[in-house]
Amino acid sequence: MGSSGTSNGLISAREAGLVACQRCGQVHAQGVRNCKRCDGPLQSRDTESLQKVWAWLVAGVIAYIPANLYPMLLTNTLVEHSESTIIGGVVDLIHHGSVGIAIIVFVASVVIPIGKFIAVIYLALSVQQQSSSNQHGRHHAYEMVEFIGRWSMIDVFVVAILSALVQLDTIATINPGIAAVSFALSVIFTMLAAQSFDSRLIWDADRTQNE
Amino acid sequence: MMTSQPAAMARIISLALTAFVMMIAAVSFPFLTLDAKGLHNATSVVDAVLAFNEGYAIPLAVAVAFFIVVIPLIRLGALIYALGPLVREQPPRAGAKRAFGLAERLRPWSMAEIFIVGVTVALIKVAGLAAVTVGPAFWAFAGVVIITVLKDQMICRYSIWEALEHPTA
Repeated sequence: MGSSGTSNGLISAREAGLVACQRCGQVHAQGVRNCKRCDGPLQSRDTESLQKVWAWLVAGVIAYIPANLYPMLLTNTLVEHSESTIIGGVVDLIHHGSVGIAIIVFVASVVIPIGKFIAVIYLALSVQQQSSSNQHGRHHAYEMVEFIGRWSMIDVFVVAILSALVQLDTIATINPGIAAVSFALSVIFTMLAAQSFDSRLIWDADRTQNE
Repeated sequence: MMTSQPAAMARIISLALTAFVMMIAAVSFPFLTLDAKGLHNATSVVDAVLAFNEGYAIPLAVAVAFFIVVIPLIRLGALIYALGPLVREQPPRAGAKRAFGLAERLRPWSMAEIFIVGVTVALIKVAGLAAVTVGPAFWAFAGVVIITVLKDQMICRYSIWEALEHPTA
């Protein structure tokens, strides 16, 4: 526990010939297939991790494009019919004077998804290039991505509540637009991308270089 | 933690049971009601799910139902199933490990707390347009979120795996 932040003096479980269960933390000798305690599959490194990460990530980015181009909300009132996109909704909130809420929606629907794309691309590339720089920073970045990604769903739930609530016959109705579907898909795909990333790969780079 | 493990487990179980019952209340009672120019519309959580009822959006309705109601309920049920016997210092049920593993794996997909933030944003968007009244289900749902957060903070998953492996240790 008293070690400084460098990884030089530490050895990984893999180097010690051990493998830890990702589910319950039980340590086994390498080569054991299933955890003796929780029966979860044991794998020292997920060799297909990066393939899965790239596949889910590309799917997430593709779904994010129509999510921004098409309307999230279709509003009908007595006098007008309007459609608002993600960005349009944020602008409307600012016009109503709810700057704080506008910031929450903007962060959840734009900043977090795009930040997540960039973070996952950076993590995957750095592992592919066997970079050994800033390992702790990258680990923090990974934890952040995993923790924060699900909060992007806010906008989908806002659409669900508004569409259910505002159904006043002819006076005003709100219905969900197709962007809600593609946005939800994008969030789900990027959550799967983050979950597929095997963060233990970060620690391998300098081992192979030092040997 | 180790000295009074059944007590800690009992606290987790009681919180999980409370959340389970409150979630059922949250689904059954009216969630929000809207009044504008003499028109009235009451909405439940189920209505919010069914908002995505047009052809292409039906899979999203299913997904939303899972995220905000079904998965939280599965997690609570699995936890109660897995830990129940441990509180009474009995050997764990068959499949208890699988149930606890499931509850842990579903954690990121349980989005009740995100839903409540979404509701808050929606309320502010509508506030200028019409009068919105908050129903009992809203408070029940908020209760579920708070209790689930408390419960998840009390769970030490390594201790629970330990206890499931060595019952009455």
